[in-house]
Amino acid sequence: MSENPADGAPTVRVTVTRQEPGQEPRDETFEVPYTDRTSVLDALDWIKDHVDPSLTFRWSCRMAVCGSCGVMVNGRPVLGCETFVSGYRTSGITVGPLAHAEVQRDLVVDTDGFLDRLRSLSPWLVPGGEAATQSAPAAGSSPQGADADADADAGADAVADAGSVQGADAHVGGAPAAPVGVPALDLLAVHSQTPGEVDAYRGFAQCIDCMLCYAACPVLDAVPGFVGPAAIATARRWDTDSRDGGDALRMAAMAENEEGIWPCAQIGACTRACPKGVDPARAIRDAQRIAMGG
Amino acid sequence: MRVEHADVVVVGGGAAGLSAALAALERFAAAGRDDAVVALVSKVYPMRSHTVAAEGGAAGVLPPALGGDADDSLEQHVADTLAGGAGLAHEDAVRFVVERAPHELARLERLGMPWSRTAEGLPAVRRFGGMSRPRTWFAADKTGFHLLHTLFQTALRHDVARADAGTGTGGGVRRYDEHVVLDLLHDPGHRVAGVVAHDQHRGEPLAVLAPAVVLATGGAARAWATSTNAGIVTGDGLAMALRAGLPLRDMEMVQVHPTCLPGSGILLTEAARGEGGVLLDADGRRYLADYGLGPETPLGAPEPRRMELGPRDKISQAFWQADRDGRTLPTPDGGAVLLDLRHLGRDVLSERLPLVVGLAKRFAGIDPAQEPVPVRPAAHYTMGGVVTDPRGAVLDADSAPVPGLYAAGECASTGLHGANRLGSNSLVETLVVGRAAGEDAASHTLVSGPAHGTPGSGSGTTVATEQARALADRWLSMRGRGSEPPAVIRRELGRVLDADVGIYRDADGLAQAQAAVEDLSARYADVRVADTAAAFNTDWLQALELGAMLDVARAVVAGARARTESRGAHQRLDHPGTDDVARHTLATAAPGGGVQVRLEPVTASGGAR
Ligand SMILES: Cc1cc2nc3c(=O)[nH]c(=O)nc-3n(C[C@H](O)[C@H](O)[C@H](O)COP(=O)(O)OP(=O)(O)OC[C@H]3O[C@@H](n4cnc5c(N)ncnc54)[C@H](O)[C@@H]3O)c2cc1C
Ligand code: SF4
Ligand code: FES
Repeated sequence: MSENPADGAPTVRVTVTRQEPGQEPRDETFEVPYTDRTSVLDALDWIKDHVDPSLTFRWSCRMAVCGSCGVMVNGRPVLGCETFVSGYRTSGITVGPLAHAEVQRDLVVDTDGFLDRLRSLSPWLVPGGEAATQSAPAAGSSPQGADADADADAGADAVADAGSVQGADAHVGGAPAAPVGVPALDLLAVHSQTPGEVDAYRGFAQCIDCMLCYAACPVLDAVPGFVGPAAIATARRWDTDSRDGGDALRMAAMAENEEGIWPCAQIGACTRACPKGVDPARAIRDAQRIAMGG
Repeated sequence: MRVEHADVVVVGGGAAGLSAALAALERFAAAGRDDAVVALVSKVYPMRSHTVAAEGGAAGVLPPALGGDADDSLEQHVADTLAGGAGLAHEDAVRFVVERAPHELARLERLGMPWSRTAEGLPAVRRFGGMSRPRTWFAADKTGFHLLHTLFQTALRHDVARADAGTGTGGGVRRYDEHVVLDLLHDPGHRVAGVVAHDQHRGEPLAVLAPAVVLATGGAARAWATSTNAGIVTGDGLAMALRAGLPLRDMEMVQVHPTCLPGSGILLTEAARGEGGVLLDADGRRYLADYGLGPETPLGAPEPRRMELGPRDKISQAFWQADRDGRTLPTPDGGAVLLDLRHLGRDVLSERLPLVVGLAKRFAGIDPAQEPVPVRPAAHYTMGGVVTDPRGAVLDADSAPVPGLYAAGECASTGLHGANRLGSNSLVETLVVGRAAGEDAASHTLVSGPAHGTPGSGSGTTVATEQARALADRWLSMRGRGSEPPAVIRRELGRVLDADVGIYRDADGLAQAQAAVEDLSARYADVRVADTAAAFNTDWLQALELGAMLDVARAVVAGARARTESRGAHQRLDHPGTDDVARHTLATAAPGGGVQVRLEPVTASGGAR
């Protein structure tokens, strides 16, 4: 929603592939003024504000972190908010909805299908990982070290439980009546995890659910039900987290399913399309290797 | 009219809404109600919520045994927060959040939050403006992103399909994604009865009925043209509260963040300064010392509450003065100062501030390892909001709780932030107050029984459904009508707020702003919604959002006019002094349209209760 390019500014030709529910797609072309800071999203906004208010697209953060604004620009999946039109001043731009997803209206595509696939791989912390836990000892007892280690094993399950919504929790009273006290700081429990252990999953944890990798993936042409790059990358994000114990569960969901990890032929289009450097191709390769016992 | 039933409705899928939903489920589970359904209604998919943009971190005292600073204490976190609040923060609300903050941050760790760590494997903490000790937990500079995804993925685990709607089978979180809430519903006894929403997918309204509702709709700073906020941060919940006759407190308290990219308003986190970044004027001088933030600290040795780590409002004010003194660099989007990170080196930058580096490169074309980045202030955080007690129970104009209604996160004014929020106190507020509100909402449903929430419970449901139908009809009738495009009104509103309701204010500017906002509100009555489509009608949605922003702007301007003093984020050039008695402004809808404001002295516990 940043301000419009000034009047008299140069313009770029923007063709948008539009579609109403149940109708055929059609292309419409607009001349949009731009500066070197005008993004594809700004251009769409300009059209909506100045020419056709019914143009429909998603956006929110404008800073490439919310994952709303994925579109195809000249056939390539990109985030509209971080793609600048000045690079296309001679060629012109064609903006279309992300490939491999049902169009809901204009540039808005189905997201539920993606979230269902993501959910099918249990993308949350499953208790039982190997990371030890540390809790703060009560005031007056010895500082971090002996106590915490002694507690670690017993603590692991309790902690995992407390983290789960179903688990008992010092914070929540059983009765519906309100105020409950605050547990002392010495009840604070966290897993221990070194920076190196964080690095092991950090890359996969960068996924913003933008679905660009799905749009890029040629496998989805042949196997539309393929669980797909981002879902597998997120599954691997948890598998490679030292606090998580859900590997077997997720591997079963990915490997014992024809539309799980096997359709991938390691083309790498997902990794090239990803705006966050997630490398889903590596996640799938790792999962295939593990499933084959390697 | 489609009607669906739930045990609790949460409006908003950001950190506050997700925390509330998960806490409500826990409370239900503890009471043996595994079948309870929490409806999570959000106008965007939850993981798109604005929480995703938070960068710097979340504050909570870390005990020494977990590697925290032995000199830190809950008392000091309380004291720092009260100092930031400049007389408008309530000690009970501050204590409530501060005492629970470490536990919520640890709980999040146990849910898999990728907190940055020390070499020993414990959570790392960093310095943050206004905090006297390092106590801000962080996940690189993508704290909000990781926090939101951790909560969202945890909520996915408890997902119940829409197919179960109202059948009372499996319990859990039932998501209503891309459903725009239009208004709150009440039963004949003026108790909350649910919400009326518009399903953007199916293109039809529906009522979601429940005995308890948690508002977690976020702030409103998108109303300013120069803003760090996402497009969806339009104050919808605040406007709903006003329409429901509820007061909004201290709405003039809007935090302006000092370091944003000119034009786009994209924020470069305060953590950049916490890690040692400095601010320079056009001549390359560290100007903050000249505007009351000195004495200057050595490069690479930031000190709490001084220079670049001074309170945000002071740093934004120093910018305004430096700009007036001709010490800023001209840019097409106004004067700018320079955020210099070069001395931190590439390694620190990529490990601790990868997002800042990426944003500067992507959106300003500058590599911060090689060049300083031009920045200027932008509207950032809504300190005021729906009046609540520390646990998020909404209070009416007489400070009496509204049965069944709760608010949490940026849309609530619990008394935590007062006149100025300390950076990294708000993410933790979403967790702590979100949890309390969710628990209490569930408790409310448990004690008030299935009552008006379940199918076939008679008159309550009928009244709420009728009300929902009438409200939906009214909002839907905006389509295909009117003459002035919403974009014109929206731009003008943003310009007016930037110009006259920014870092410094005065009577003339505020009078102009009020006239302008009234004029825009009148024009809004004839706003043009050209698109008549039922589903995914974003032209209509943006018009609704504009209406909310106008209502909020009225409350902000009225509050700013009534507050004839300077305090925290509200600085009046014509009233530079601070009143001896600290008072809140309370804005309510006026009988004849517009808003009216009353001033009320702050009491220790904040309310008259
Ligand atoms: C750029 C940036 C950086 C920040 N950095 C930090 C930081 O480092 N530390 C910190 O503590 N705080 C930070 N903040 C502040 C903090 O991020 C926010 O205060 C907090 O995330 C707000 O969370 P929330 O859950 O209240 O609201 P949001 O995350 O804004 O969520 C609001 C939700 O309400 C929904 N909603 C709104 N209206 C409607 C409607 N009509 N119908 C249905 N749903 C609706 C939206 O869909 C959304 O899901 C930052 C803020 C910004 C802008
Ligand atoms: S893996 Fe990358 S491209 Fe795919 S959804 Fe995640 S962030 Fe987007
Ligand atoms: S608008 Fe959020 S990623 Fe582009």
